[in-house]
Amino acid sequence: MDLSSIRKLITRYCTGEESWVDSRTVYIGQKEPPPGTEAYIPQRFPDNRIVSSKYTFWNFIPKNLFEQFRRIANFYFLIIFLVQLIIDTPTSPTTSGLPLFFVITVTAIKQGYEDWIRHKADNAINQCPVHIIQHGKVVRKQSQKLRVGDIVQVKENETFPCDLILLSTSREDGTCFVTTASLDGESSHKTYYAVQDTKAFNTAEEVDTLHATIECEQPQPDLYKFVGRINIYLDRDEPIVRPLGSENLLLRGATLKNTEYIHAVAIYTGMETKMALNYQSKSQKRSAVEKSMNAYLIVYLCILISKALINTVLKYAWQANPNRDEPWYNQKTETERQRHVLIRAFTDFLAFMVLFNYIIPVSMYVTVEMQKFLGSYFILWDDDMFDEELGEGPLVNTSDLNEELGQVEYVFTDKTGTLTENNMELRECCVDGHVYVPHAICNGQILPGATGMDMIDSSPGVDGKEREELFFRALCLCHTVQVKEEETVDGIKRGIHQGKSTSFYISSSPDEVALVEGMKRLGFTYLRLKDSHMEILNREDEMERFELLEVLNFDSVRRRMSVIVRSSSGDYYLFCKGADSSVFPRVVSGKVEQVRARVEHNAVEGLRTLCVAYKKLTHEEYEETCHLLNRAKLALQDRDKKLAEAYDVIEKDFILLGATAVEDRLQDKAADTIESLHKAGMKVWVLTGDKMETAAATCYASKLFHRNTQILELTTKRTEEQSLHDVLFDLSRTVLRQHGSMTRDTFSGLSGDYQDYGLIIDGATLSAVLKPTQEVTSNGGNYKEIFLEICRNCSAVLCCRMAPLQKAQIVKMIKASKERPITLAIGDGANDVSMILEAHVGIGIMGKEGRQAARNSDYAITKFKHLKKMLLVHGHYYYIRIAELVQYFFYKNVCFIFPQFLYQFFCGFSQQPLYDTAYLTLYNISFTSLPILLYSLMEQHINMDILKRDPTLYRDIAKNSLLRWPTFIYWTFLGVFDAVVFFFGAFFLFDNTTFTSNGQMFGNWTFGTLVFTVLVFTVTLKLALDTHYWTWINHFVIWGSLLFYVIFSLLWGGIIWPFLNYQRMYYVFMQMLSSGPAWLSIILLIIVSLLPDVVKKVLCRALWPTTTERIQTKRQCLTAEQSTIFMLSQTSSSVSF
Amino acid sequence: MMASSYNAKDEDGHHPGSVGSGGPGAVKSKKPDNTAFKQQRLPAWQPILTAGTVLPAFFMIGLIFIPIGIGLLVTSNNIKEFEIDYTGVDMFSPCFNCSQSYSWNSTSACTCSVPFTLDQPFESNVFMYYGLSNFYQNHRRYVKSRDDSQLNGDKSSLLNPSKECEPYRTSDKKSIAPCGAIANSLFNDTLELFYIHPNGSRIAIHLVKTGIAWWTDKHVKFRNPGENNNNLSIVFQDTSKPVNWRKPVYELDPSDPDNNGFINEDFIVWMRTAALPTFRKLYRIIQKKKDNMTPTLPPGNYSLEVIYNYPVRSFDGRKRMILSTISWMGGKNPFLGIAYITVGSVCFFLGVVLLIIHHKYGNRNNNADIPN
Repeated sequence: MDLSSIRKLITRYCTGEESWVDSRTVYIGQKEPPPGTEAYIPQRFPDNRIVSSKYTFWNFIPKNLFEQFRRIANFYFLIIFLVQLIIDTPTSPTTSGLPLFFVITVTAIKQGYEDWIRHKADNAINQCPVHIIQHGKVVRKQSQKLRVGDIVQVKENETFPCDLILLSTSREDGTCFVTTASLDGESSHKTYYAVQDTKAFNTAEEVDTLHATIECEQPQPDLYKFVGRINIYLDRDEPIVRPLGSENLLLRGATLKNTEYIHAVAIYTGMETKMALNYQSKSQKRSAVEKSMNAYLIVYLCILISKALINTVLKYAWQANPNRDEPWYNQKTETERQRHVLIRAFTDFLAFMVLFNYIIPVSMYVTVEMQKFLGSYFILWDDDMFDEELGEGPLVNTSDLNEELGQVEYVFTDKTGTLTENNMELRECCVDGHVYVPHAICNGQILPGATGMDMIDSSPGVDGKEREELFFRALCLCHTVQVKEEETVDGIKRGIHQGKSTSFYISSSPDEVALVEGMKRLGFTYLRLKDSHMEILNREDEMERFELLEVLNFDSVRRRMSVIVRSSSGDYYLFCKGADSSVFPRVVSGKVEQVRARVEHNAVEGLRTLCVAYKKLTHEEYEETCHLLNRAKLALQDRDKKLAEAYDVIEKDFILLGATAVEDRLQDKAADTIESLHKAGMKVWVLTGDKMETAAATCYASKLFHRNTQILELTTKRTEEQSLHDVLFDLSRTVLRQHGSMTRDTFSGLSGDYQDYGLIIDGATLSAVLKPTQEVTSNGGNYKEIFLEICRNCSAVLCCRMAPLQKAQIVKMIKASKERPITLAIGDGANDVSMILEAHVGIGIMGKEGRQAARNSDYAITKFKHLKKMLLVHGHYYYIRIAELVQYFFYKNVCFIFPQFLYQFFCGFSQQPLYDTAYLTLYNISFTSLPILLYSLMEQHINMDILKRDPTLYRDIAKNSLLRWPTFIYWTFLGVFDAVVFFFGAFFLFDNTTFTSNGQMFGNWTFGTLVFTVLVFTVTLKLALDTHYWTWINHFVIWGSLLFYVIFSLLWGGIIWPFLNYQRMYYVFMQMLSSGPAWLSIILLIIVSLLPDVVKKVLCRALWPTTTERIQTKRQCLTAEQSTIFMLSQTSSSVSF
Repeated sequence: MMASSYNAKDEDGHHPGSVGSGGPGAVKSKKPDNTAFKQQRLPAWQPILTAGTVLPAFFMIGLIFIPIGIGLLVTSNNIKEFEIDYTGVDMFSPCFNCSQSYSWNSTSACTCSVPFTLDQPFESNVFMYYGLSNFYQNHRRYVKSRDDSQLNGDKSSLLNPSKECEPYRTSDKKSIAPCGAIANSLFNDTLELFYIHPNGSRIAIHLVKTGIAWWTDKHVKFRNPGENNNNLSIVFQDTSKPVNWRKPVYELDPSDPDNNGFINEDFIVWMRTAALPTFRKLYRIIQKKKDNMTPTLPPGNYSLEVIYNYPVRSFDGRKRMILSTISWMGGKNPFLGIAYITVGSVCFFLGVVLLIIHHKYGNRNNNADIPN
């Protein structure tokens, strides 16, 4: 049989027909089209039930268990538990079963609770009523029963129940307003358009008579893309075909505004809606700490296995003498004797594994998770990062990366909206070289005399005046700004007249709002779009009406937009505005040189410039254009590409009118933040789509480049003159020479005045650099490596003219470079999403360009300046906290298990546990768990104010410095040393003598309890020594858990526990405490175990102090002085009272 | 003392400019409360370990530990201890014959008498131990081979002991009481002491056989089954004696009903498994004389009479008899004293080293230029 055909059959059977058809046909109102048009293929679509929950009541337990045991650690403990159940092991299965059960239960409860919440939310959504038109009547139905093809009626302020194609609205022009606040955070009203030919079907009865089918693509997650076609069967045979685009598609989750009701047809339902498709989780990011943790785990697993192997081998060597293997007092059972030696050896090996398995603690995972989860609340709660204007604080979308914030080496930042406010203001416009500056404004209020303007140049002539007015009209018409309506038309008018209308313009692009507002100040007021007519109020307060014929929307590739309008006099105009680079090549006349000079001048000042051009169209030209556009719009496939081609044909032969300059102010403290990041050893790269001059100006303003920074340019301008190859080599030579002398300088202590470099590269050159070349250069490396080498030696890099994907490419390239640095990307717009997702840590700014970046980020903040606290304070804290947590966990388990290993040498390798079952079980769960958890939540080795003030401290923890192998080995050896001290301390104390005053002897359980007591105290006190920040909580938890250990031991040994089949701990603890030498030796052993660590700390601090330690020491001296002064003032004040 | 500073920051935290700007009500609802805990600004003690701060601690430890150590060492040295090996490995040792001709089934007891001399008087109570070497009481198979509920007097466990007791659980289809390897290997040598008076007469020294086990073990953990039934032979009638025992459990000490059956102190002492393969167990107590004038054991010649039952040669074991006086810190063990002196001196030495370092480097660091 042909295998592939079987596979095809199977996939077809499993996935259903429609999923491999790349478009779907929807029959509006579930009605079949007139016969003969097309074969009627009923397609099955899912119902409108949203299922965000993972489990149902029935599958919760098996599915949740399966999910949990997929984690390698849980699986490991399950195996250990099963081994304990199956073979005769030294410790009872409860010792590993109970913690595992605890962990699994806690996780299951947490997940169950979350899922229950999701179920509730799902039910609320699925059962909320929707209105469906059936047989000309409005029927209420539950949302989940909605089917594809149903006609839905939605009223104002209701949320759309699924993805709908707008058929008709209560408004005459067939538009409706929608906010997508819950989808992308943009609260502005967006206009959606009903299909032209159905907008007349206004009432329920009328809609019901509609015969149409919709063909559209299969659901895909891109919110802003939709391609479809509607076939309307009116009385004629031939259906009317109309294109459908995203302007017709109402998305589930959006809300209807300012429109009484609409009728629309469902096309994507349930889990196929764009909203649901966007819920799909992002790929998991793993932090560097987690990676080192896993590496340590592997080391410990090896230690565990080798320990078990060594003991097994030694056991059989030792047992070679039968009198040792089976002395007369300790016979084996018959079954044991008959077992094959290999099986015995294997079970022994497993038993040793079980005995030592606590070295990899189940509770570490729980503690790390809890630390991350709870710790992230401190970010949420942080008052300093709360933004009063937005009324929002930071968001934590994942808590897995908290500590990664302390490890950042490269910061990639967007410019607009991130470094700058994205609060645009028209600074000036230039018409044919004449510069106009609108009046100064304050807080959006126009000062009196709003219609005036300053003319810097001499006033233009009559011809100039005409051009000038055309320019202003062009700016008033060429945009997609909406006017938010008041109750009445008069309201708007009044509002505009009183100059309060500033807040009424809404647009997705702040530049446009700035332009339209600027125009208002220059005398031309855009009123509204009514019946496809744009109304503007000119300087003489006369209404001018232009019919809006076509809008050629802005896109980031073309970098321009155009409108085609017809004036009241019947002239056709095409107005275009766009980036200089995309407009100048298409200009045929106009004062190009003057305008270009002005544009460049403004760009250097850090202003955002746009050029405005127009062309007049004849009626025939317009017809042709229309035809071109419609053909492209109707295409089902590659519509975007065809549209782009059409635009390219239409937008040419312009006459240049002038240029505008919009200022985008730097964000509050952006320069200070960048300087701090620099001092903290981070490299800051600015990646922007803006042009080089503007971006460079911003970089200077934000202190990314300094006055003495030598700028290296790697731009198309330069590569045109020289070959890319030569430029790259030139630059690398410059940088490397400098680098060499710099290291010499640092040696001679003259590092202060070395040259630092800033690199500017543009998108085109970057793609040339990144292009994989087969050509091997003379140095043996390719361009990419040379480029990386240059970048490594530059303190700041500016990449301009970047496409969104290129931003991600750069991040990826740096990520993959040989040092594997930790990268952070920060941005606010949809164009930053790709780099936010690519970087190790992605930070979104909740800005004006919607919430897309914030939604896709790991953390979201409101202002760029908050990045400083986020990294320097929170990141630093989380890193040292989790580093200690990880190291300490391994340390305390070495301390715990190594004595047990040593004990095997004295009990004939018989796997006899040193400690009682209860101690084995509870050591990690309760005796030593809380202090480290609280430490890892509360520790502050240095005050946060100092961390903020002195960014260089961040360098102390760079490159994962607290989790490097030497540190890990130090901790492990400390653990081994402590374990040896515990064990041999107790050993010599027990050595063939008694240490009670009544001559009675102690047994092996007392021995173990003594070791365990010293262990618990040492391990807890070790943490106490590491704690630099003792709040009452730390005191409570540290002393509390020691007290808990004592009380538990007293209780555990104080009663004959009826449910236990052994009573070996009965009174063991109390008997031990009744002996003086036991106390003395406990104290001695604790001190001896802690001594080396204290000495090491003190010596390192005194001889080779890190910056952190110096500051700690210095602060201590200062505060000591301060506190005395404070005390003195206190006493004096109390005296005076 | 560690240097410290209390760092209480203002907890009220004023928010500049929160009032007045648009919609303060909506703002407030989302704004986190500004508690000291949430802002991570709880008042805290911030100690730092520096040479200066740990110096006093080191000197203190040195000053406290050395005297304690000296005290412990002196106490330990004052304890008198006498130890004699009576295993009989050596051809010329008195118990050689007994150790050679050993069999579990022999009915006649093999006795031997080991003479020894005490050079110094043993005062106050003297404790008599037996010691075993190379005996793995802490072997896992051995340690778990017992049934605590049987020993606690549980009737059902008496007749149906725990599986852990295998292979010492049943014999002749009857359950063994007490079951398990530990009980089965109960140390059964009988040791008696005689003082050889200079005039040649042998004076038996009174050995007290109670008070050698933990009080809680004897009175709570170990209970005879049938609490009120004084006739232990009836209580144990359906059980069998451990295979290596010569007599059943209820005949361990027929003379004293409070020391018979499971609550026999020799038995209880044996049941507390030792931590290490070389161990000693308290056997008897020689109480001090009523008049405090004469020592409990005056110097002179003694004879240890052994009824030799316990075989140890098969596993290269040794048997010893130890006489020891006891101080508040127990038996003779110089370890603790030496350790205390060593640690004390090391701390003192480190203190001196740190003092030097502190003087040489401490100032330098404090004056070092720290960028603010």
